[in-house]
Amino acid sequence: MLQRCEACGAFAYPAREACPACLSAGLAFVDAPRRGALLAETTARVPSDVYFRERAPWRIGLVRMDCGPTMVAHLHADCAEGAPVLMSFQLDKSGQAVAFARPEGETPNMADDRQWREMTADPKFRRVLVTNGRSLIGQEAVAALKAAGAKTVFVGVSEPWRPFAGEQLLRGQQGIEVVTLDAADEKSATDLAADIGGKVDILVNTTEYVRPGGLLDRRGTGVARDEIDQAYLGFINLAQAFGPAMRMRGADGVSSSAAWVNILSVYALANWPAFGAYSASQAACLSLSHCLRAELRPGGVKVMNLFTGPIDTEWFQTVPPPKVAPRAVAQAIVSGLRGGLEEIYVGDVAEEIRQRLAANPKALERELDR
Amino acid sequence: MQGKNLLELAGAISSGAVRVVDLTFTLSPDFPVIVLPPEFGQAAPVRIQEISRYDGRGPAWYWNNVTFGEHTGTHFDAPIHWFTGKDLPNNSVDTMPAKDMIAPACVIDCSAGAAQDPDFLLTVPLVEAWEAKHGRIPERHWVLLRTDWSKKGWRDYANLRDDGAHTPGPNPAVMKWLVEERGIIGFGTETIGTDAGQAGHFEPPYPAHHFLHGAGRYGLQCLCNLDQLPATGAVIVASPLKIQNGSGSPLRVIALVSAN
Repeated sequence: MLQRCEACGAFAYPAREACPACLSAGLAFVDAPRRGALLAETTARVPSDVYFRERAPWRIGLVRMDCGPTMVAHLHADCAEGAPVLMSFQLDKSGQAVAFARPEGETPNMADDRQWREMTADPKFRRVLVTNGRSLIGQEAVAALKAAGAKTVFVGVSEPWRPFAGEQLLRGQQGIEVVTLDAADEKSATDLAADIGGKVDILVNTTEYVRPGGLLDRRGTGVARDEIDQAYLGFINLAQAFGPAMRMRGADGVSSSAAWVNILSVYALANWPAFGAYSASQAACLSLSHCLRAELRPGGVKVMNLFTGPIDTEWFQTVPPPKVAPRAVAQAIVSGLRGGLEEIYVGDVAEEIRQRLAANPKALERELDR
Repeated sequence: MQGKNLLELAGAISSGAVRVVDLTFTLSPDFPVIVLPPEFGQAAPVRIQEISRYDGRGPAWYWNNVTFGEHTGTHFDAPIHWFTGKDLPNNSVDTMPAKDMIAPACVIDCSAGAAQDPDFLLTVPLVEAWEAKHGRIPERHWVLLRTDWSKKGWRDYANLRDDGAHTPGPNPAVMKWLVEERGIIGFGTETIGTDAGQAGHFEPPYPAHHFLHGAGRYGLQCLCNLDQLPATGAVIVASPLKIQNGSGSPLRVIALVSAN
């Protein structure tokens, strides 16, 4: 996104208050064409900044965008002077958006570039913990992460004495390690972290506990307590067990700890009364995720929230389509990690809620009340 | 009983002439709990959370907050647990007579049958055969069903399959007979319930619960070490937590066994 003059159409960078071409004050941020050409490049061998000094040599360059502005950008190793590049804003380890230039076309092992990996959380070569392998989403996530080149996928299974559908897809598979984990149990999370906490590079929290009902159609707090136990306290248990070691290992080589992924209902943003108490528990998790993001940031570990509408699973049986396929969630996890994103909306419902909330929150509240 | 006899008992326990056998599993989050269809309410699992452990939260002391459902771990079922016992007087763990918490036991060893068939059922003829060897089951005795199920790993212990649990238990006829013809005080098992894993398909469903609690009798489940008890002569001490209007509770079950 860059500023574009509403009067003359010129793009402006860096951000300013008036158009450099026509002095108009109407400069809105819009999606800009991403193509450019690398004008010049240099390699910083002894950077003054401590972060880059540790990672030197580091390549940067000047890119003239096809849409006008010239920007300083971090460079993919395969970018050559004079050649076309594709620009994107990436979140660096400190959470700042920085310009990054990649070759326009695909190059061999493009995603393995050292500087690119600093900006992303690519699961390739990394060890991932998927916290709940009992759910379809958990199982699809394991498969997608494996396919994306994860070195090891640890997959948590609570109550290992209890068989579950899809178990044979997890047990005895190369590169998949089934571990005992009941995230809602503090001791279980702590015990597992004692075993593998030092080698979890990406944690994908696939806790899933969906129950219908709001306040008046339920009796007592039993189900609400379960929702809070599973989703909210489970999140806290996982964060306290795995977060500190992940934060410490944020700079542990090219396959450092990199990201924490939450799968949240989009109704964390706006309460859906048909699943009202569930929405509230998800809202609590969303708030907590912002806290976790701030606490992991000093270690350079990202928190990615993935928002979905109703998923095509048993507990959303009564909800009409469109629903999100568990596989789509799994694929979005991988693409979000590869892009180093903080937020991702999967499916039409999630995207629609996001847009309607931005447009008119009160109208959305009223519309969901149906 | 003379006060002297009680002191003799205490002395015999202290000297080892009377052995104390612990029939209780450790109450922990790892122990299987009953699994109901997900649309029904579920027993809260056992959770143990530190309040402090000689640290900043309490420098000199260690203690936990513990939460669990009434029917978790080695636990006791009171008559109020089942609809058949809901209108009986003194039918909850806080109102039941304290004297019912100590009673002798007959232990029926069905470990061979259960090893052959996970859906093994105790029947009247099997109990009659036991009686032919050990004598008639006296009134107000516990009947404990030994299956050695408690020696299994947790997965085999719960033995859940697509159509539910497959674990041994009593058939309907023997439950009715033990309650009505033998006047037992209660029935105890090593498995997750007093009933067999498939007892929901029996007529009536869950006959142990149905007949025991309907007659004001008690249940004990998730027992272990039944193989250390004699067929007759052991005395069971089973005192559940005094939970207000409680339907049951985890508890420590011990057996007193004469060493000779």
